[in-house]
Amino acid sequence: MIKPTIVVVGNGMVGYKFCEKLVNKSSDFRIIVFGEEPRHAYDRVHLSEYFNGKTAEDLSLSSRSWYEEHDILLHLGDPVQEINRSAKTVHSLMGVTYSYDFLVLATGSSAFVPDIPGVEKEGVFVYRTIEDLELIKAYASNVKTGAVMGGGLLGLEAAKALMDLGIEETHVIEFAPRLMPRQIDSAGSTMLQSKLKELGLSLHLNKSTSHVGGENKIEALHFNDESVLSVDMLVISAGIRPRDELARLSGLQIGTRGGIVVNEKMQTSDEAIFAIGECALYEGMIYGLVAPGYEMADIVAAQITGISKLFYGYDMSTKLKLIGVDVASFGDAFVTEPDCRTIVFEDTHKGIYKRINISIDGKYLLGGILIGDADAYNILLQTVNNKLILPPNPEDLILGTRGGAENEGAGVMSLPDDALICSCEAVNKATICSSVIDLGITNIDGIKKCTKAGTGCGGCIPLVKDLIAGTMKANGQYIKNVICEHFDYSRQELFDLVKINKLKNYDLVLDHFGKGDGCEVCKPVVASIMSSLWNDVIVKQDTIQDSNDRFLANIQKGGTYSVVPRIPGGEITPDKLIVLGQVAKRYNLYTKITGGQRIDLFGAHVNDLPAIWEELIDAGFESGHAYGKALRTVKSCVGSTWCRFGLHDSVSFAIEIEERYKGVRAPHKIKGGVSGCVRECAEAQAKDFGIIATEKGWNLYVCGNGGSKPQHGQLLATDIDKETLVKYLDRFLMFYIKTAEPLSRTATWLNKMDGGLSYLKNVVVNDSLGLAGQLEEEMQALVNTYHCEWKEVVDNPDLRKRFTHFVNAPEEKDPTVKFDPMRDQVKAKW
Amino acid sequence: METTTAIEWILACHTNDVPENGGACVKLGEEQIAIYNFTRRGEWYATQNLCPHKQQMVLSRGMIGSTGAHCEPKVACPFHKNTFSLISGQCLTNEEYSIKTYAVKIADGKIFIGI
Repeated sequence: MIKPTIVVVGNGMVGYKFCEKLVNKSSDFRIIVFGEEPRHAYDRVHLSEYFNGKTAEDLSLSSRSWYEEHDILLHLGDPVQEINRSAKTVHSLMGVTYSYDFLVLATGSSAFVPDIPGVEKEGVFVYRTIEDLELIKAYASNVKTGAVMGGGLLGLEAAKALMDLGIEETHVIEFAPRLMPRQIDSAGSTMLQSKLKELGLSLHLNKSTSHVGGENKIEALHFNDESVLSVDMLVISAGIRPRDELARLSGLQIGTRGGIVVNEKMQTSDEAIFAIGECALYEGMIYGLVAPGYEMADIVAAQITGISKLFYGYDMSTKLKLIGVDVASFGDAFVTEPDCRTIVFEDTHKGIYKRINISIDGKYLLGGILIGDADAYNILLQTVNNKLILPPNPEDLILGTRGGAENEGAGVMSLPDDALICSCEAVNKATICSSVIDLGITNIDGIKKCTKAGTGCGGCIPLVKDLIAGTMKANGQYIKNVICEHFDYSRQELFDLVKINKLKNYDLVLDHFGKGDGCEVCKPVVASIMSSLWNDVIVKQDTIQDSNDRFLANIQKGGTYSVVPRIPGGEITPDKLIVLGQVAKRYNLYTKITGGQRIDLFGAHVNDLPAIWEELIDAGFESGHAYGKALRTVKSCVGSTWCRFGLHDSVSFAIEIEERYKGVRAPHKIKGGVSGCVRECAEAQAKDFGIIATEKGWNLYVCGNGGSKPQHGQLLATDIDKETLVKYLDRFLMFYIKTAEPLSRTATWLNKMDGGLSYLKNVVVNDSLGLAGQLEEEMQALVNTYHCEWKEVVDNPDLRKRFTHFVNAPEEKDPTVKFDPMRDQVKAKW
Repeated sequence: METTTAIEWILACHTNDVPENGGACVKLGEEQIAIYNFTRRGEWYATQNLCPHKQQMVLSRGMIGSTGAHCEPKVACPFHKNTFSLISGQCLTNEEYSIKTYAVKIADGKIFIGI
């Protein structure tokens, strides 16, 4: 049997989606695709991400192999030139001819370029394809000012792209009196304008452009009100125009303002020809979003495979982040009184505007607009689409419940089973919930793989996550973070068990609460717990320590170690500096200043470590615990003793704090900082705890982090004195030590904490758990039992003996260790 | 027991040279061998000291333990925490790697390695 042939004209997102939908429904068709662009279908919705580092490859939706796998014949860079409807054939630019049984037009749209004199000048672009973006990128490298014509959704995206390209001055020109006129009202626009201005965008509303000035290339925009704006480049984003020229040429019915007219089956005036996506005109409307395009693709795939499914228009609700500002519009956003009742919340301080329109009887939500904070978008949209009955105080929907009983009914679990969760892929609530219950999928990646939900615009991902969690909870499942196969406890549980049972030895802990022989995961966890509880000399149980803790030094490339003595607050005398230099020279060590204001000596043989430390300790140094999950450094600026801006003596305070917490072991390393004024030269807000001098005392920040995911510290207490600050720090650190998961920094710990900063504040400042006294005592016990670990080793011949490479030849160093010279020092050779 | 005659036993070190539930490195000729004192199980193991992943002479400094239903004894390299079976030498975290293992004999507080 010869398979019926489907020819698809257009290989954009919707054309691609059609192929995907069709091959999923049936393999009884021969599919031929023509694409004008040279690339495979790519994600146009996230086009602007091309400018912040995404490549064309990242944006690609499919690969050649996908087409091959499904026997789809792909002609890229070859647009269809002619349709012969009576012969049912298409003819391409390259001269290929195919006959078709069904033809699907997914020709999309092009940028609408208004007929303004001068738009042909050099430096004027449209914003539509990767090729457009490449041209913009190349041109933007030499320009200082740029403008975007059009203040709609795409125009603002384009403006963001110009800013990302480093253009110093970016302007947006809009003909209408407000931004995004299709999505938001004028109050919302006002809020959006002020937010965008803050971010450095210049906005010009009510402006109609008369011509583009300049010799050969653009130099200025001239407006009808006689004003002039000089710019080096212009990106036109004044709307889209359906690509209907091929259909027009073939005599298909076209709307008066463009667009291929289709019926509810997506059929054009020729019943063998369908049109989908942005080229299709349904009941006088072009649907310029991807989700309705996908829906149309599904309808045509259904029609062809004999399933009856019709198009009834589409919800044009949308949520996006524009230049960092949330903007959402859903349901009937513009309906006004007396046809509805409107609740508006406006906060010009934070730049938030929310409007909801509710039915006259107060029962249903009709639609609304969210600017600045669109967290509630998904649930509001669901409330509209599923006609959920509103709570008695509908303002709670945008303001949150303010005291009183929580409204149980507002959660995701109250949605009906057929509630559409992912509109791009048409996945409903029941599908997601059953993936969790029946297939045991418990994470978003699994859901994406199995249902495709969240793989389109990604807007529904928070909702999907809530659904996974809600379903698991309803199902009586919960995820417990156990340490490893040997301990069926979380770190916090084991911490309490070790404490209550006063266990001081790993094997005892394993006998009491674990199974098997332990491993490289649970051994250091238990070691850390025991250290945080009892503060014994850790090398007495050296084989449960991670390698760095076992040898009290950081293992480096080649198997040598680095040595980091403590330099509290980064303050050091010239005499001590000389000793460091002498020791480094004697043992041929590479020296470098660390980020924590101390000096690291690299390349020490394990055999040499005790002798090196003996010399350092004689000179008054102590272990710096650079090898441990422990307090590292408290960085300081020079403070009021020398700095003319300094308010208080930050160095003395940093030393005091570092001396207090030195040696304290924790689930992960801890870093601190103290700055003497608001200029913050110690970068204290990037530390696990940061202390900044104020006129009246000190501010305490907590849970900051540098590293791969930098995060600013959050303000825990303001204008407090030193004594109070130390108390809070005791409580904060001890609470972290007792409750965090293994290898979790304070930032991650806080991010996962239920209630977040306000909960932490309650525990530490307001003593909501009644634990403050206990936490302070526990910390004081650790402070009182401090010992320099290296002094213990240096003074103990048995412990010293362990620092050898060959136990049968203790004097001999590892002969495989080699160094190369570099800039008058050495580096590891391996 | 005839096979044992084929093995050459070389004195490596004393039992108290190797820490409990941990490892130590010995030099036998030009070779570096890691010996593990699995006190918890009353067992001794020996492997090459070189971790094949990044060619580091460090396995003797790694933590030992066991994994799976059959409590397969293993050592974890301190560099990147690749783990190796102390019985087969097979890397348990990356199929590509494996290490040499050696027979161990204890007599009169002395450790002998079978080569």
